[in-house]
Amino acid sequence: MIQEPFAAGSSCIHGLDPRFRIVIAFLFSMVVALAGEFLVLEISFVVSVLLVCLAGLHLKKVLKQLLSILGFMLLIWLVLPFTYEGELLYRVGPLEITKPGVLLCARITIKSIAILLIFISLVSTMTISALGHALGRLHIPGKLVQLLLMTYRYIFVIEQEYQRLTTAMKIRGFRSGTNIHSYRTYAYLIGMLFVHASIRAQRVQNAMLCRGFKGRFYSLVEYRPSLRN
Amino acid sequence: MDKKSAFINLKGICFGYPGSQPDVIQDLNFTFFRGDRVGLIAPNGSGKTTLFHIIMGLIQPTSGIIEIDGEEIRKPKDFQAVRRKIGLLFQDADDQLFSPTVLEDVSFGPLNLGKSREEALQISRDILGFLGLHDFQDRITFTLSGGEKRLVALATVLAMEPKVLLLDEPTAGLDLDTKEKLIQILNRLDLSYIVISHEFDFITAVTNHIYTMENGKIILDEELHVHRHEHVHRSGKQPHKHV
Repeated sequence: MIQEPFAAGSSCIHGLDPRFRIVIAFLFSMVVALAGEFLVLEISFVVSVLLVCLAGLHLKKVLKQLLSILGFMLLIWLVLPFTYEGELLYRVGPLEITKPGVLLCARITIKSIAILLIFISLVSTMTISALGHALGRLHIPGKLVQLLLMTYRYIFVIEQEYQRLTTAMKIRGFRSGTNIHSYRTYAYLIGMLFVHASIRAQRVQNAMLCRGFKGRFYSLVEYRPSLRN
Repeated sequence: MDKKSAFINLKGICFGYPGSQPDVIQDLNFTFFRGDRVGLIAPNGSGKTTLFHIIMGLIQPTSGIIEIDGEEIRKPKDFQAVRRKIGLLFQDADDQLFSPTVLEDVSFGPLNLGKSREEALQISRDILGFLGLHDFQDRITFTLSGGEKRLVALATVLAMEPKVLLLDEPTAGLDLDTKEKLIQILNRLDLSYIVISHEFDFITAVTNHIYTMENGKIILDEELHVHRHEHVHRSGKQPHKHV
Protein backbone atom coordinates (compact mmCIF):
# COMPACT_ATOMS: atom_id res chain seq x y z
CA MET A 1 0.00 0.00 0.00
CA ILE A 2 1.34 3.42 -0.90
CA GLN A 3 1.46 5.68 2.10
CA GLU A 4 2.11 9.37 2.39
CA PRO A 5 3.87 9.40 5.77
CA PHE A 6 5.11 12.99 5.48
CA ALA A 7 2.23 14.63 3.64
CA ALA A 8 0.40 15.85 6.72
CA GLY A 9 2.03 18.59 8.73
CA SER A 10 1.94 22.25 9.56
CA SER A 11 5.59 23.28 9.27
CA CYS A 12 6.72 26.29 7.25
CA ILE A 13 7.73 23.90 4.47
CA HIS A 14 4.26 22.35 4.31
CA GLY A 15 2.93 25.89 3.90
CA LEU A 16 5.05 26.71 0.84
CA ASP A 17 3.51 26.65 -2.61
CA PRO A 18 3.95 23.10 -4.02
CA ARG A 19 5.14 24.47 -7.36
CA PHE A 20 7.91 26.38 -5.67
CA ARG A 21 8.95 23.31 -3.70
CA ILE A 22 9.04 21.11 -6.80
CA VAL A 23 11.16 23.61 -8.74
CA ILE A 24 13.60 24.06 -5.84
CA ALA A 25 13.90 20.30 -5.31
CA PHE A 26 14.54 19.82 -9.03
CA LEU A 27 17.19 22.57 -9.27
CA PHE A 28 18.84 21.52 -6.04
CA SER A 29 19.16 17.90 -7.12
CA MET A 30 20.54 18.98 -10.51
CA VAL A 31 23.25 20.98 -8.74
CA VAL A 32 24.04 18.12 -6.36
CA ALA A 33 24.08 15.53 -9.14
CA LEU A 34 26.48 17.56 -11.29
CA ALA A 35 28.73 18.94 -8.55
CA GLY A 36 32.20 17.43 -8.11
CA GLU A 37 33.63 19.58 -5.33
CA PHE A 38 33.37 18.14 -1.86
CA LEU A 39 32.68 21.57 -0.40
CA VAL A 40 29.52 21.93 -2.55
CA LEU A 41 28.43 18.44 -1.60
CA GLU A 42 28.97 19.05 2.09
CA ILE A 43 27.02 22.31 2.00
CA SER A 44 24.15 20.70 0.13
CA PHE A 45 24.13 17.80 2.55
CA VAL A 46 23.86 20.18 5.50
CA VAL A 47 21.13 22.16 3.71
CA SER A 48 19.12 19.00 3.03
CA VAL A 49 19.39 17.91 6.67
CA LEU A 50 18.32 21.39 7.77
CA LEU A 51 15.30 21.25 5.47
CA VAL A 52 14.25 17.89 6.90
CA CYS A 53 14.50 19.41 10.40
CA LEU A 54 12.57 22.49 9.26
CA ALA A 55 9.78 20.29 7.92
CA GLY A 56 9.45 18.82 11.41
CA LEU A 57 9.42 15.25 10.14
CA HIS A 58 9.58 12.17 12.28
CA LEU A 59 13.30 11.35 12.19
CA LYS A 60 12.78 7.64 12.63
CA LYS A 61 10.53 7.54 9.57
CA VAL A 62 13.04 9.56 7.56
CA LEU A 63 15.81 7.10 8.48
CA LYS A 64 13.54 4.27 7.44
CA GLN A 65 13.17 5.86 4.01
CA LEU A 66 16.96 6.23 3.78
CA LEU A 67 17.34 2.51 4.42
CA SER A 68 15.81 1.91 1.00
CA ILE A 69 19.05 3.02 -0.71
CA LEU A 70 21.29 1.28 1.79
CA GLY A 71 21.59 -1.92 -0.25
CA PHE A 72 22.58 0.03 -3.33
CA MET A 73 25.20 1.99 -1.37
CA LEU A 74 26.59 -1.19 0.14
CA LEU A 75 27.03 -2.68 -3.31
CA ILE A 76 28.92 0.40 -4.47
CA TRP A 77 31.22 0.38 -1.43
CA LEU A 78 31.92 -3.32 -1.96
CA VAL A 79 32.85 -2.97 -5.62
CA LEU A 80 34.13 0.49 -6.54
CA PRO A 81 37.08 0.95 -4.11
CA PHE A 82 38.60 -2.31 -5.33
CA THR A 83 38.00 -1.90 -9.03
CA TYR A 84 38.61 1.79 -9.66
CA GLU A 85 42.10 2.45 -10.94
CA GLY A 86 44.32 5.04 -9.33
CA GLU A 87 46.52 5.86 -6.37
CA LEU A 88 46.80 3.01 -3.87
CA LEU A 89 45.33 3.72 -0.45
CA TYR A 90 45.38 0.38 1.32
CA ARG A 91 46.09 -3.23 0.53
CA VAL A 92 43.98 -6.12 1.81
CA GLY A 93 45.69 -9.32 0.80
CA PRO A 94 45.55 -9.51 -2.98
CA LEU A 95 42.98 -6.65 -3.18
CA GLU A 96 43.90 -3.01 -3.62
CA ILE A 97 41.76 -0.18 -2.31
CA THR A 98 42.32 2.96 -4.40
CA LYS A 99 41.96 6.55 -3.25
CA PRO A 100 39.88 7.77 -6.24
CA GLY A 101 37.61 4.75 -5.74
CA VAL A 102 36.90 5.66 -2.13
CA LEU A 103 36.37 9.32 -3.00
CA LEU A 104 33.94 8.38 -5.78
CA CYS A 105 32.00 6.19 -3.37
CA ALA A 106 31.84 8.97 -0.82
CA ARG A 107 30.61 11.41 -3.47
CA ILE A 108 27.91 9.04 -4.69
CA THR A 109 26.78 8.36 -1.12
CA ILE A 110 26.56 12.02 -0.14
CA LYS A 111 24.83 12.90 -3.41
CA SER A 112 22.19 10.17 -3.08
CA ILE A 113 21.42 10.92 0.55
CA ALA A 114 21.26 14.69 -0.05
CA ILE A 115 18.92 14.31 -3.05
CA LEU A 116 16.73 11.84 -1.20
CA LEU A 117 16.51 14.11 1.84
CA ILE A 118 15.66 17.09 -0.33
CA PHE A 119 12.81 15.19 -1.95
CA ILE A 120 11.61 13.90 1.41
CA SER A 121 11.59 17.39 2.88
CA LEU A 122 10.18 19.30 -0.08
CA VAL A 123 8.19 16.92 -2.30
CA SER A 124 6.98 14.09 -0.06
CA THR A 125 5.54 16.72 2.28
CA MET A 126 2.67 17.21 -0.17
CA THR A 127 -0.05 14.74 -1.11
CA ILE A 128 0.20 12.99 -4.48
CA SER A 129 -2.86 14.91 -5.57
CA ALA A 130 -1.20 18.25 -4.68
CA LEU A 131 1.90 17.06 -6.53
CA GLY A 132 -0.17 16.26 -9.61
CA HIS A 133 -1.86 19.64 -9.65
CA ALA A 134 1.39 21.48 -9.03
CA LEU A 135 3.01 19.63 -11.95
CA GLY A 136 0.02 20.57 -14.09
CA ARG A 137 0.41 24.22 -13.19
CA LEU A 138 4.12 23.98 -14.00
CA HIS A 139 2.98 23.12 -17.54
CA ILE A 140 3.91 19.46 -17.41
CA PRO A 141 1.71 17.87 -20.15
CA GLY A 142 -1.79 17.15 -18.86
CA LYS A 143 -1.71 13.54 -20.02
CA LEU A 144 1.32 12.77 -17.85
CA VAL A 145 -0.26 14.45 -14.82
CA GLN A 146 -3.51 12.53 -15.30
CA LEU A 147 -1.53 9.32 -15.73
CA LEU A 148 0.10 9.96 -12.35
CA LEU A 149 -3.17 10.82 -10.61
CA MET A 150 -5.19 7.97 -12.13
CA THR A 151 -2.43 5.46 -11.39
CA TYR A 152 -2.38 6.63 -7.81
CA ARG A 153 -6.17 6.43 -7.60
CA TYR A 154 -6.53 2.94 -9.03
CA ILE A 155 -3.41 1.37 -7.49
CA PHE A 156 -5.54 1.11 -4.35
CA VAL A 157 -8.41 -0.56 -6.14
CA ILE A 158 -6.07 -3.02 -7.81
CA GLU A 159 -4.41 -3.68 -4.47
CA GLN A 160 -7.81 -4.41 -2.92
CA GLU A 161 -8.54 -6.76 -5.79
CA TYR A 162 -5.21 -8.48 -5.18
CA GLN A 163 -6.05 -8.83 -1.48
CA ARG A 164 -9.45 -10.30 -2.30
CA LEU A 165 -7.96 -12.83 -4.68
CA THR A 166 -5.21 -13.89 -2.28
CA THR A 167 -7.73 -14.22 0.55
CA ALA A 168 -9.90 -16.34 -1.70
CA MET A 169 -6.88 -18.52 -2.40
CA LYS A 170 -5.94 -18.80 1.26
CA ILE A 171 -9.38 -19.74 2.54
CA ARG A 172 -9.35 -22.59 0.10
CA GLY A 173 -6.17 -23.91 1.62
CA PHE A 174 -3.57 -22.53 -0.76
CA ARG A 175 -0.04 -22.51 0.59
CA SER A 176 2.74 -21.36 -1.66
CA GLY A 177 5.59 -23.76 -2.20
CA THR A 178 8.20 -24.59 -4.78
CA ASN A 179 6.00 -26.55 -7.14
CA ILE A 180 4.19 -26.21 -10.43
CA HIS A 181 0.84 -25.84 -8.70
CA SER A 182 2.01 -22.74 -6.82
CA TYR A 183 3.60 -21.17 -9.87
CA ARG A 184 0.51 -21.81 -11.94
CA THR A 185 -1.74 -20.33 -9.23
CA TYR A 186 0.40 -17.20 -9.05
CA ALA A 187 0.33 -16.93 -12.82
CA TYR A 188 -3.48 -17.13 -12.72
CA LEU A 189 -3.54 -14.51 -9.97
CA ILE A 190 -1.43 -12.06 -11.97
CA GLY A 191 -3.38 -12.80 -15.13
CA MET A 192 -6.65 -12.20 -13.27
CA LEU A 193 -5.35 -8.88 -11.95
CA PHE A 194 -4.53 -7.74 -15.48
CA VAL A 195 -7.93 -8.85 -16.76
CA HIS A 196 -9.73 -7.11 -13.89
CA ALA A 197 -7.67 -3.95 -14.36
CA SER A 198 -8.41 -3.80 -18.05
CA ILE A 199 -12.15 -4.40 -17.57
CA ARG A 200 -12.17 -1.75 -14.87
CA ALA A 201 -10.36 0.70 -17.16
CA GLN A 202 -13.14 0.12 -19.70
CA ARG A 203 -15.82 0.81 -17.06
CA VAL A 204 -14.06 3.93 -15.80
CA GLN A 205 -13.82 5.21 -19.36
CA ASN A 206 -17.55 4.55 -19.84
CA ALA A 207 -18.32 6.44 -16.65
CA MET A 208 -16.24 9.35 -17.90
CA LEU A 209 -17.98 9.32 -21.28
CA CYS A 210 -21.34 9.43 -19.48
CA ARG A 211 -20.23 12.60 -17.80
CA GLY A 212 -19.38 14.34 -21.04
CA PHE A 213 -15.66 13.58 -21.23
CA LYS A 214 -14.27 14.59 -24.62
CA GLY A 215 -10.60 13.86 -24.11
CA ARG A 216 -9.70 17.03 -22.23
CA PHE A 217 -9.19 17.49 -18.55
CA TYR A 218 -10.09 20.76 -16.93
CA SER A 219 -8.45 21.82 -13.73
CA LEU A 220 -10.36 23.29 -10.84
CA VAL A 221 -7.33 24.92 -9.33
CA GLU A 222 -6.66 28.42 -10.46
CA TYR A 223 -3.23 29.81 -11.12
CA ARG A 224 -2.13 31.86 -8.17
CA PRO A 225 1.35 33.27 -8.61
CA SER A 226 2.28 33.45 -4.95
CA LEU A 227 4.96 31.83 -2.84
CA ARG A 228 2.63 30.85 -0.04
CA ASN A 229 -0.09 28.41 -0.78
CA MET B 1 -43.12 20.95 -20.09
CA ASP B 2 -45.53 18.24 -21.08
CA LYS B 3 -45.29 15.75 -18.27
CA LYS B 4 -46.51 12.82 -20.30
CA SER B 5 -44.42 12.92 -23.45
CA ALA B 6 -42.19 9.96 -24.22
CA PHE B 7 -38.62 10.63 -23.15
CA ILE B 8 -37.02 7.31 -23.97
CA ASN B 9 -38.53 5.25 -26.75
CA LEU B 10 -36.95 1.94 -27.70
CA LYS B 11 -38.24 -0.05 -30.66
CA GLY B 12 -37.17 -3.55 -31.64
CA ILE B 13 -33.80 -3.44 -29.86
CA CYS B 14 -31.66 -6.57 -30.21
CA PHE B 15 -28.28 -7.22 -28.67
CA GLY B 16 -26.19 -10.26 -27.84
CA TYR B 17 -22.77 -10.68 -26.34
CA PRO B 18 -20.39 -12.61 -28.57
CA GLY B 19 -20.30 -16.29 -27.67
CA SER B 20 -23.47 -16.38 -25.62
CA GLN B 21 -26.79 -17.61 -26.94
CA PRO B 22 -29.61 -16.64 -26.96
CA ASP B 23 -29.26 -12.87 -27.30
CA VAL B 24 -29.63 -11.10 -23.98
CA ILE B 25 -31.94 -8.49 -25.50
CA GLN B 26 -34.42 -9.61 -28.14
CA ASP B 27 -36.80 -7.31 -29.97
CA LEU B 28 -37.24 -5.12 -26.89
CA ASN B 29 -39.83 -2.34 -26.94
CA PHE B 30 -40.04 0.15 -24.11
CA THR B 31 -41.35 3.66 -23.64
CA PHE B 32 -40.42 5.83 -20.71
CA PHE B 33 -42.39 8.99 -20.10
CA ARG B 34 -41.36 12.21 -18.40
CA GLY B 35 -42.35 12.10 -14.76
CA ASP B 36 -42.19 8.31 -14.60
CA ARG B 37 -40.47 6.56 -11.74
CA VAL B 38 -39.89 3.05 -12.85
CA GLY B 39 -38.41 0.04 -11.09
CA LEU B 40 -36.80 -2.82 -12.94
CA ILE B 41 -36.59 -6.04 -11.01
CA ALA B 42 -35.33 -9.13 -12.79
CA PRO B 43 -32.91 -12.02 -12.31
CA ASN B 44 -29.16 -11.62 -12.78
CA GLY B 45 -28.06 -11.81 -16.37
CA SER B 46 -31.43 -10.81 -17.79
CA GLY B 47 -29.95 -7.76 -19.51
CA LYS B 48 -30.87 -4.87 -17.20
CA THR B 49 -27.44 -3.29 -17.11
CA THR B 50 -27.00 -3.97 -20.83
CA LEU B 51 -30.21 -2.07 -21.45
CA PHE B 52 -28.90 0.95 -19.50
CA HIS B 53 -25.66 0.87 -21.45
CA ILE B 54 -27.58 0.75 -24.72
CA ILE B 55 -29.60 3.81 -23.71
CA MET B 56 -26.38 5.68 -22.87
CA GLY B 57 -24.70 4.62 -26.10
CA LEU B 58 -21.95 2.65 -24.36
CA ILE B 59 -23.05 -0.46 -26.23
CA GLN B 60 -24.39 -0.45 -29.78
CA PRO B 61 -27.42 -2.67 -30.35
CA THR B 62 -27.34 -4.94 -33.39
CA SER B 63 -30.69 -3.59 -34.52
CA GLY B 64 -33.53 -1.35 -33.36
CA ILE B 65 -34.40 2.30 -33.01
CA ILE B 66 -33.55 4.53 -30.04
CA GLU B 67 -35.43 7.81 -29.62
CA ILE B 68 -34.46 10.14 -26.81
CA ASP B 69 -36.45 13.28 -26.09
CA GLY B 70 -38.31 12.92 -29.38
CA GLU B 71 -35.21 12.56 -31.55
CA GLU B 72 -33.90 9.42 -33.13
CA ILE B 73 -30.30 8.66 -32.22
CA ARG B 74 -28.41 7.46 -35.26
CA LYS B 75 -24.70 8.16 -34.88
CA PRO B 76 -22.49 7.43 -31.87
CA LYS B 77 -21.84 11.17 -31.70
CA ASP B 78 -25.55 11.85 -31.09
CA PHE B 79 -25.13 10.20 -27.70
CA GLN B 80 -23.07 13.14 -26.46
CA ALA B 81 -26.31 15.10 -26.24
CA VAL B 82 -28.07 12.11 -24.65
CA ARG B 83 -25.51 11.99 -21.86
CA ARG B 84 -26.36 15.56 -20.92
CA LYS B 85 -30.00 14.60 -20.50
CA ILE B 86 -29.63 11.18 -18.89
CA GLY B 87 -27.38 10.41 -15.93
CA LEU B 88 -26.23 6.86 -15.23
CA LEU B 89 -25.24 5.75 -11.75
CA PHE B 90 -22.90 2.78 -12.11
CA GLN B 91 -23.07 -0.40 -10.07
CA ASP B 92 -19.58 0.10 -8.70
CA ALA B 93 -18.96 3.61 -7.37
CA ASP B 94 -15.22 3.05 -7.71
CA ASP B 95 -15.66 3.19 -11.47
CA GLN B 96 -17.24 6.59 -11.21
CA LEU B 97 -14.94 8.34 -8.77
CA PHE B 98 -11.52 8.78 -10.31
CA SER B 99 -10.45 12.26 -9.25
CA PRO B 100 -8.36 12.72 -6.12
CA THR B 101 -10.87 14.79 -4.17
CA VAL B 102 -14.67 14.73 -3.96
CA LEU B 103 -15.08 18.32 -5.15
CA GLU B 104 -12.91 17.72 -8.22
CA ASP B 105 -14.85 14.60 -9.08
CA VAL B 106 -18.25 16.26 -8.78
CA SER B 107 -17.05 19.22 -10.88
CA PHE B 108 -15.69 16.96 -13.63
CA GLY B 109 -19.06 16.72 -15.41
CA PRO B 110 -19.99 20.43 -15.31
CA LEU B 111 -16.49 21.38 -16.54
CA ASN B 112 -16.89 18.97 -19.46
CA LEU B 113 -20.19 20.66 -20.27
CA GLY B 114 -18.27 23.91 -20.73
CA LYS B 115 -19.13 25.57 -17.43
CA SER B 116 -16.64 28.02 -15.94
CA ARG B 117 -14.70 27.10 -12.82
CA GLU B 118 -16.90 29.26 -10.63
CA GLU B 119 -20.11 27.82 -12.04
CA ALA B 120 -18.81 24.27 -11.75
CA LEU B 121 -17.77 24.83 -8.15
CA GLN B 122 -21.12 26.43 -7.32
CA ILE B 123 -23.08 23.55 -8.86
CA SER B 124 -20.91 20.97 -7.09
CA ARG B 125 -21.23 22.65 -3.71
CA ASP B 126 -25.00 22.99 -4.13
CA ILE B 127 -25.36 19.31 -5.01
CA LEU B 128 -23.14 18.17 -2.14
CA GLY B 129 -25.18 20.39 0.18
CA PHE B 130 -28.43 18.94 -1.14
CA LEU B 131 -27.17 15.43 -0.40
CA GLY B 132 -25.97 16.44 3.05
CA LEU B 133 -22.31 16.04 2.10
CA HIS B 134 -21.11 19.61 2.82
CA ASP B 135 -18.05 18.42 4.67
CA PHE B 136 -16.94 16.01 1.98
CA GLN B 137 -15.50 18.51 -0.53
CA ASP B 138 -11.84 17.92 0.28
CA ARG B 139 -12.11 14.26 1.21
CA ILE B 140 -9.99 11.87 -0.85
CA THR B 141 -12.32 9.74 -2.94
CA PHE B 142 -10.77 6.34 -2.28
CA THR B 143 -10.77 6.78 1.48
CA LEU B 144 -14.58 7.10 1.56
CA SER B 145 -16.68 4.24 2.89
CA GLY B 146 -18.91 2.24 0.55
CA GLY B 147 -22.03 4.21 1.45
CA GLU B 148 -20.25 7.56 1.16
CA LYS B 149 -18.84 6.56 -2.23
CA ARG B 150 -22.33 5.74 -3.47
CA LEU B 151 -23.73 9.11 -2.38
CA VAL B 152 -20.78 11.00 -3.87
CA ALA B 153 -21.20 9.03 -7.11
CA LEU B 154 -24.84 10.12 -7.12
CA ALA B 155 -23.66 13.71 -6.63
CA THR B 156 -21.36 13.42 -9.65
CA VAL B 157 -24.31 12.30 -11.76
CA LEU B 158 -26.67 14.97 -10.41
CA ALA B 159 -24.06 17.67 -11.10
CA MET B 160 -24.67 17.08 -14.83
CA GLU B 161 -28.21 18.38 -14.18
CA PRO B 162 -29.82 15.51 -16.07
CA LYS B 163 -33.54 15.19 -16.79
CA VAL B 164 -33.63 11.46 -16.22
CA LEU B 165 -31.57 9.16 -14.00
CA LEU B 166 -30.69 5.54 -14.61
CA LEU B 167 -29.75 3.91 -11.31
CA ASP B 168 -28.01 0.54 -11.54
CA GLU B 169 -28.49 -1.28 -8.23
CA PRO B 170 -28.02 1.82 -6.09
CA THR B 171 -28.57 -0.08 -2.84
CA ALA B 172 -26.09 -2.90 -3.43
CA GLY B 173 -23.86 -3.19 -0.40
CA LEU B 174 -25.47 -0.33 1.53
CA ASP B 175 -26.49 -0.53 5.19
CA LEU B 176 -30.03 0.22 6.33
CA ASP B 177 -29.33 3.84 7.30
CA THR B 178 -27.74 4.75 3.98
CA LYS B 179 -30.54 2.93 2.16
CA GLU B 180 -33.09 4.99 4.07
CA LYS B 181 -31.16 8.15 3.22
CA LEU B 182 -31.13 7.19 -0.46
CA ILE B 183 -34.91 6.63 -0.41
CA GLN B 184 -35.42 10.09 1.08
CA ILE B 185 -33.09 11.70 -1.46
CA LEU B 186 -34.81 10.02 -4.42
CA ASN B 187 -38.23 11.04 -3.18
CA ARG B 188 -37.03 14.63 -2.74
CA LEU B 189 -35.62 14.81 -6.26
CA ASP B 190 -37.76 16.35 -8.94
CA LEU B 191 -36.51 13.89 -11.55
CA SER B 192 -37.73 10.93 -13.51
CA TYR B 193 -35.74 7.75 -13.18
CA ILE B 194 -35.41 4.05 -13.82
CA VAL B 195 -34.04 1.97 -10.94
CA ILE B 196 -32.58 -1.51 -11.20
CA SER B 197 -32.69 -3.32 -7.88
CA HIS B 198 -33.19 -6.72 -6.38
CA GLU B 199 -34.69 -5.24 -3.24
CA PHE B 200 -38.43 -5.23 -3.39
CA ASP B 201 -38.90 -2.92 -0.39
CA PHE B 202 -36.56 -0.33 -1.82
CA ILE B 203 -38.10 -0.44 -5.28
CA THR B 204 -41.65 -0.04 -3.98
CA ALA B 205 -40.53 2.88 -1.80
CA VAL B 206 -39.09 4.94 -4.66
CA THR B 207 -41.05 4.02 -7.81
CA ASN B 208 -44.62 3.91 -9.02
CA HIS B 209 -44.36 1.22 -11.70
CA ILE B 210 -42.44 -2.02 -11.59
CA TYR B 211 -41.28 -3.77 -14.71
CA THR B 212 -39.49 -7.04 -15.11
CA MET B 213 -37.42 -8.57 -17.90
CA GLU B 214 -38.10 -11.91 -19.48
CA ASN B 215 -36.64 -13.48 -22.62
CA GLY B 216 -34.86 -10.25 -23.47
CA LYS B 217 -38.02 -8.13 -23.26
CA ILE B 218 -39.43 -5.69 -20.72
CA ILE B 219 -42.80 -6.60 -19.21
CA LEU B 220 -44.99 -4.45 -16.99
CA ASP B 221 -45.52 -6.32 -13.75
CA GLU B 222 -48.63 -4.64 -12.40
CA GLU B 223 -50.99 -7.49 -11.61
CA LEU B 224 -51.31 -8.88 -8.14
CA HIS B 225 -49.94 -12.36 -7.90
CA VAL B 226 -51.30 -14.97 -5.54
CA HIS B 227 -48.27 -16.55 -4.01
CA ARG B 228 -47.32 -18.79 -1.17
CA HIS B 229 -44.36 -18.64 1.09
CA GLU B 230 -43.54 -20.25 4.37
CA HIS B 231 -43.63 -17.98 7.37
CA VAL B 232 -43.54 -18.16 11.11
CA HIS B 233 -45.64 -16.45 13.74
CA ARG B 234 -47.39 -17.20 17.03
CA SER B 235 -50.65 -19.14 16.91
CA GLY B 236 -49.77 -20.06 13.36
CA LYS B 237 -51.45 -23.42 13.82
CA GLN B 238 -54.89 -21.82 13.85
CA PRO B 239 -56.52 -21.44 10.39
CA HIS B 240 -56.04 -17.80 9.32
CA LYS B 241 -55.72 -15.50 6.32
CA HIS B 242 -53.33 -12.72 5.34
CA VAL B 243 -54.61 -9.95 3.09
